[in-house]
Amino acid sequence: MVPELGHFSLIVALLMALIQSVPPLIGAHRGNATLMALARPAAQGQFLFVAIAFACLAYSFVTNDFSVENVARNSFSQLPKIYCFAATWGSHEGSMLLWALVLGGWTMAVTVFSRHLPDDMATRVVGVMGLVSFGLLLFLLTTSNPFVRLIPAAADGNDLNPLLQDPGMVGHPPMLYMGYVGFSVAFAFAIAALLSGRMDAAWARWTRPWTIVAWCFLTAGITLGSWWAYNELGWGGWWFWDPTENASFMPWLAGTALIHSLAVTEKRGAFKPWTALLAITAFSLSLLGTFLVRSGVLSSVHSFASDPTRGLFILAFLGVVIGGSLALYAWRAPRLMAGGGFTWFSRDALLLANNVVLIAALGSVLLGTLYPLLMDALGLGKISVGPPYFNSVFVPLMAPIFFLIGIGPLARWKDASLPDMVTRLKWALAVSVAAGLLLPLTLNGFNGWVTLGIAASLWIVLTIIIGFRERMKYVGGTFLRQLAGLPRGFWGMQVAHLGLAVGVAGITMVANYQQEKDIKMAPGDHTELAGYSFTFQGVHNEDGPNYRAAIGAMDVTGFGRHFTLHPEKRTYNASGMPMTEAAIKYSPTSDVYVSLGEPLDMAGTWAVRVYHKPYINWLWIGGFMLAIGGAIAASDRRYKLARKTASVASDTVTQGA
Amino acid sequence: MKSRHKKLLVIVIGLCGIGIIAALVMNAFRSNLVFFFTPTQVANNEAPTGRAFRIGGLVEKGSLKRDGVTAHFIVTDTSKSIPVSYTGILPDLFKEGKGVVAEGRLENGGFTATQVLAKHDENYMPPEAASAVEQAQKAQKTLVK
Repeated sequence: MVPELGHFSLIVALLMALIQSVPPLIGAHRGNATLMALARPAAQGQFLFVAIAFACLAYSFVTNDFSVENVARNSFSQLPKIYCFAATWGSHEGSMLLWALVLGGWTMAVTVFSRHLPDDMATRVVGVMGLVSFGLLLFLLTTSNPFVRLIPAAADGNDLNPLLQDPGMVGHPPMLYMGYVGFSVAFAFAIAALLSGRMDAAWARWTRPWTIVAWCFLTAGITLGSWWAYNELGWGGWWFWDPTENASFMPWLAGTALIHSLAVTEKRGAFKPWTALLAITAFSLSLLGTFLVRSGVLSSVHSFASDPTRGLFILAFLGVVIGGSLALYAWRAPRLMAGGGFTWFSRDALLLANNVVLIAALGSVLLGTLYPLLMDALGLGKISVGPPYFNSVFVPLMAPIFFLIGIGPLARWKDASLPDMVTRLKWALAVSVAAGLLLPLTLNGFNGWVTLGIAASLWIVLTIIIGFRERMKYVGGTFLRQLAGLPRGFWGMQVAHLGLAVGVAGITMVANYQQEKDIKMAPGDHTELAGYSFTFQGVHNEDGPNYRAAIGAMDVTGFGRHFTLHPEKRTYNASGMPMTEAAIKYSPTSDVYVSLGEPLDMAGTWAVRVYHKPYINWLWIGGFMLAIGGAIAASDRRYKLARKTASVASDTVTQGA
Repeated sequence: MKSRHKKLLVIVIGLCGIGIIAALVMNAFRSNLVFFFTPTQVANNEAPTGRAFRIGGLVEKGSLKRDGVTAHFIVTDTSKSIPVSYTGILPDLFKEGKGVVAEGRLENGGFTATQVLAKHDENYMPPEAASAVEQAQKAQKTLVK
């Protein structure tokens, strides 16, 4: 009964999405208030019914209803309850339903927080999001119905892929989707602006917090995914330049460019067509990411059984969304007039340079990700583009960004003085370059990558301090009062930039100074790595809730510390799939990582992998700082004021201003 | 007029910069492409000798031998096969009789892998491995005819 209710709710939601989009968009075009008034209630109804459908599927999973095919395939009676719930989005169908739910949620949020937007603008935004919802729900119902019954019912399930049985599974997909789908709001705002021909500072002020919040979720989602890979995959890596990772990284790069170009559009009224194009790009790349990951063209943990109709549907959907919005852009963008001019050295120009760098880097990732797929699709042979390409291209392309981060926030809008900037920043530059040169010499001899990474991150830190000192001059009172008096937008930016510095420092250290060893160890054997000494104590067997495990014990001593790590090798009961659970001793400056390979003989000898990972945790700390910085910036007072004054402003705004 | 010249100069410098960067990117791209070859293609000497590439197919049953943490096994597309050696820990889902993709180069008549790629699901076959077997079987069928 419950699965049928869910299926029925999905159909109702599809109809609601149609009502939410078509009549209101026509109404906005013709100025018909009655049709426009349909948008909000229909959008809220759509969200309600998608939520009911999602709840029904989650209920089927939690109650182990193996008469539902999706549940039988992706769950198991012995699966811990939290993973039963997370398995709701562990399959292709369920994850697309989560996509629809998140999209409904964002639309719902727009209907609630857009009361002060001009009516036609709000209607168009909700209407465009409704069109996206419609396409997605149609996709779900026609190709990926999660509620299909299995007759006769299965006695037990096939179990959730053991790789997905990790706390990361509970947080990573919803976070990532909140980010992916959140860009649909910026996209809808851009389309609404193109439709109405109205795109001004007020428009940018409405769009900015939405975009930043979506970007925060995406940042947190990617960080969480990287941390999960490090913990769960047993290879000790945190980024593989895997196409599925790139699929989430490309919208992030476009989104990062977008939040910076929105700043210029808000403050200076410039870059309007460019900002609109970036908003379209960011969401298109989110859709492309979904297509790449979900259509089964990529072989990875994220792709499920491939079904050509699904791939074709998403590809067609992608074509309509991207083609349609670009056509609209080509037709209407000339109406968006350019804002004020600026000289080659000003904050405007530096932000433009930031965008150029980000988009170039995005292009290099796109090339490396899509080219092999294209070659394969055209039957021109199978090739792959490995991490060496991305490391040798992406890193140098991104390097100028770190330099720009130091100058940009300190430069004046419109026209800044270069000699003045040199006197303000020469010490910061000298100190960071000197430290970058000296640090590798004290560790292991000269290393250009370390110099670059350390100099970049120290440069960012020093320029942030200079930024605070200069801003605080203009605020009166004690030191703490001065700090508190700075606007949240400023705080958010600095926290995010500091997060980047922390992350870059972590990446530099771990990429250049990590050590690893794959070694054969019998009980009592001994090995050394990075100043730690490891003694293998053998392996014993233990049963988990839905698996059997061989649990090893490794005594580690070094640097005045002594601890025992327990890496596991699990075999899952339902699928018989083996799975490595690494054991990690975390610390702020280095991780010790041990994982079990396979037994090599009957006497308890195992292949064992030991790693030493210096400063790797800085990477995730940096990632979360980026997200937190974004959240602080999005809570800036002026966005609340913008909402209050929006209705007033809209009266004074003229067409095309 | 002066500002127009300046603008032109900026555009020219910008285009040159973009051109140089694009050339560098394409160069890095070309030198880092990893091509895929089936065991049959390797047996026909179609694979490069001084360059890394990928092979794929099935791990022949009973062919896995260990020497410390170095594993020796045979990858086959059911028509031709190639001996592979890999030093390090094999992925969880590496199994005899199942599909595998390995990256490495030809050395002393065998394939020395630097990386063995896992599939992520018990029932899932890497598409490269699947197509290698498919191609070999197609070729055999046409020979029979």
